[in-house]
Amino acid sequence: MSHSPILIIIIPLISSFFVPLIGWRKKNLCYPLVVLALFISSILSLYIMGSVITHGSIYYRLGGWEPPWGIEYRIDYLNGFMAVIVSFISFLVAIYSRRSGEQELPDRIVHFYCIFLLLVTGLLGMVVTGDMFNLYVFLEIASLAAYALIAIGEDGALMGSFNYLIMGTIGACFYLLGVGYLYIVTGSLNMNDLSQILPGLYHSRVVRTAFALFIVGLALKMGLFPLHTWLPDAYTHAPSAVSALLASVMSKVSVYIMIRIMFTVFNPYFSIELIPITTMLSWTAGIAILFGEIMAIVQPDLKRMLAYSSVAQIGYIVLGIGLANTMGLTGSLLHVLNHALTKGCLFLGAGAITYRRGTRDIRQLGYLHVEMPFTMAAFTIAALSMIGIPPTCGFFSKYYLILGAIDARQWIWVIILLLSSLLNAIFFFRVIENAYFKPLGVIHESSYDRGEQEEANEVPLGMLIPILALAAAIILTGIFSGKIISTIIQFAIPEGI
Amino acid sequence: MDIISIRPLLAVLMGMIGAFFILLAGERHKNIREFSTILASVAKFLLVFSMVPFVFEGKTLVYDLITLAPGLLLEFKVDTFGIFFGVLASFLWIITSIYSIGYMRGLQEHAQTRYFFCFAMALSATMGIAFAGNLLTLFIFYEILTITTYPLVVHKETAEAIKAGRKYLVYTLTGGVTILFSIAFTYHLTGSLDFVGGGFLQDHGSKNVLTLLFITFILGFGVKAAIMPLHEWLPTAMIAPIPVSALLHAVAVVKAGVFGCLRVILYVFGPALLHELDLWWMLAYFVSFTIVVSGIFALVQDNLKVRLAFSTINALSIIILGAALLSPSAVKGGILHIANHGFMKITLFFCAGAIYVKTHKEKVSELDGLARQMPFTMGSFAIGAMGLAGIPPICGFISKWYLCLGALEAHEITFLFVLLISAMLDAAYFFPIIYNSLFKRSQEINPTFNEAPWLILVPMLIAAIISIILGIAPDAFVHFFKMAALIGQNTLH
Repeated sequence: MSHSPILIIIIPLISSFFVPLIGWRKKNLCYPLVVLALFISSILSLYIMGSVITHGSIYYRLGGWEPPWGIEYRIDYLNGFMAVIVSFISFLVAIYSRRSGEQELPDRIVHFYCIFLLLVTGLLGMVVTGDMFNLYVFLEIASLAAYALIAIGEDGALMGSFNYLIMGTIGACFYLLGVGYLYIVTGSLNMNDLSQILPGLYHSRVVRTAFALFIVGLALKMGLFPLHTWLPDAYTHAPSAVSALLASVMSKVSVYIMIRIMFTVFNPYFSIELIPITTMLSWTAGIAILFGEIMAIVQPDLKRMLAYSSVAQIGYIVLGIGLANTMGLTGSLLHVLNHALTKGCLFLGAGAITYRRGTRDIRQLGYLHVEMPFTMAAFTIAALSMIGIPPTCGFFSKYYLILGAIDARQWIWVIILLLSSLLNAIFFFRVIENAYFKPLGVIHESSYDRGEQEEANEVPLGMLIPILALAAAIILTGIFSGKIISTIIQFAIPEGI
Repeated sequence: MDIISIRPLLAVLMGMIGAFFILLAGERHKNIREFSTILASVAKFLLVFSMVPFVFEGKTLVYDLITLAPGLLLEFKVDTFGIFFGVLASFLWIITSIYSIGYMRGLQEHAQTRYFFCFAMALSATMGIAFAGNLLTLFIFYEILTITTYPLVVHKETAEAIKAGRKYLVYTLTGGVTILFSIAFTYHLTGSLDFVGGGFLQDHGSKNVLTLLFITFILGFGVKAAIMPLHEWLPTAMIAPIPVSALLHAVAVVKAGVFGCLRVILYVFGPALLHELDLWWMLAYFVSFTIVVSGIFALVQDNLKVRLAFSTINALSIIILGAALLSPSAVKGGILHIANHGFMKITLFFCAGAIYVKTHKEKVSELDGLARQMPFTMGSFAIGAMGLAGIPPICGFISKWYLCLGALEAHEITFLFVLLISAMLDAAYFFPIIYNSLFKRSQEINPTFNEAPWLILVPMLIAAIISIILGIAPDAFVHFFKMAALIGQNTLH
């Protein structure tokens, strides 16, 4: 088990090579393999998290090479936590992908699984690695896989994927340039090593430029306003399983890297005091929240609405980073988890609705609660979490973010956070209203009688279980958020804040 | 003295358990569904009732469920005020459940499962509000109450109902975020959110900050307490089925707002601080405005339920006025009015429902001569109406008497006049209904005896009779009077 940090990456990676081989002869075997691989990764990530909690940080030397020359995987509370989120959400999405994939991409399912595993490999790799360049490698693996996965979606996906390809590549290039600059001045790529060397060089222009490149590159990758332009198209047209994975996990990994670079590679003193980056991040985040939510209100397409809501939610998380105090970062990290669960549930739910109804137009969702009672119940719980109604988890992260903003005495963010709850309520209740209280246009004459008698026509269990699991997780995470904070998040907050 | 007991948690969960079985039974097993509603309501009441003796022994039942955040517990604490509200709401749920069954079946309403499910959840949330030991716990259940009552407002699913639902959400959710801000700010100032009799905010923060905090608290809770100009949602929400208006929009939801206001006045800020900040009279004038204006508005409403809604707005502000005066009798009278108004107003709404089920009439102008057809209904209506106008021997008199005494104790003659004017307005908008139904004749109404079904009649009569009993013997049953006095003692030291 001492090799578990590398195993959680190797297992999906190896499996992704086996998927096309097996799929060549027997298509049906691909799915169990994918699920099994991700299941093992999830269990390992839990094991790693457990041993971080009991024994402290894990240091793993790849191939036995000494850092800073060799690649070191270093897992502490922060990325242990991230690895659990990434692996579990991917596992649930993989379970879901079977039936939705059958309908959406019947003849490309093998390729889909292969690339899907590569994406998860890349994401997990970014999370566990302690090496700047190694991180870039995984970033590219994940990005290329994501471009491909988006491109196999419906009409319009190609354009969305191409936009993302351009923007994402620019982001990745910025990141690589940053790594290069740091390597020029320090000669090191190991994060821990860099954090020791860099404080002496904080006044170097090269170092500052590198920092700027990192932030902009990562902001592009996570879709932070105003660099979000690729995001709505990509999330809307991708297959539903992919949208769920991208929205809930991929953007969070970029957030994680941002936190890592700002507060581990560089120290908080640099990121907060020397450079006005936190103020800039707060402002962009604040605008992102309002912009994303106002755009979401006017979208008729359910997935597009969720995509714009993601732009806003990224704003929440970045706002917490921008506040740069304990409460704010607690809210931010809690929201990373909460938003992963919630948006995952919403996108999977939207996928399920499309699966049955064949449309994503919000106005045509009438009487959905009769047709799909469980999906709609889960969707409603997730929507309430987005609005921030207790005891769902979304409330608690919002509460901490508000406390963080009050602690920082920045009232404008308090107002924006509160206002955003109401904006969220507007567009989520629009969906709920249509689904629960409006009859379908055609049959509205006798819909009351129909409503009572109509048989439920739920999505297959394989799709329903992940949705319900996420909905249950939303409530449980909410109720146990105090526990999560006191065992994990409070130790994941970087020192010196 | 604190005793750890799981009873408050069970009382809260009982509604949710009931709701689960209601959902399970569904439309296919109507009788089982209705049976689980009744069973849950009775069980909940008995649980709450079993906690009453402890409170009189000066003990507080406490149950810490879970840590929500470092230093913040999801905590139930049954103090006198909590049990007062809990007993009231859980008892009224029993009779409303019986009434609901009669009403929903009588009108052959659609989506009854959803209706009973949401009702049970809403009562669960109400118990949570009653027994919340700190502001955050209260807020959690307060928001659950908002969400679970929304489907009840939209129940009819017409365009008008959906619009009413939107309005309801806009108002209550905005109120919610205002409360959330106030709570977060309180936590920032004190690091604690636990209710303390007499307040815990003293010496935390400057005068201006605390004044602002008080205003945001009152504006937040004031939405559900329907203080003008935040009251607009309540008349609109009258589109909901009548049992919903009766229990939720006359007792549970609106009184939750009042309960929140009173918790803030008596248990967060406390009398001493409010005197020091000179805030109590500002609040008293603010609600006095509502008391008078809502009475005038009620005069001109032709829709019976809307008239009742304005009368509710009036009564809610009277309760808050009682607390704001901060004198022993005023607080006692105000808190007593929570219960008394609950019984009287539920009687009135039940009457309105009985009339609707039997005649499908909703307008005040259509009720001429109705007393001949429905003597019991109109008789109960007269009892409720006279009680609200403050005529003895109905319980409304007792609470208004103490409120008037309290105004004198506080040496504020203005508020005495406000209370008297409001009583006169009450009489002015209720008595014509009684008069017309007795002495006028109408073509449309058949003057032969033809009452509503007994499932509707019995709860109505029970509520009316209790209104009288509480007027003659205010300490009957669970000693509401003694409780109200105790609450005053515990907070006004």
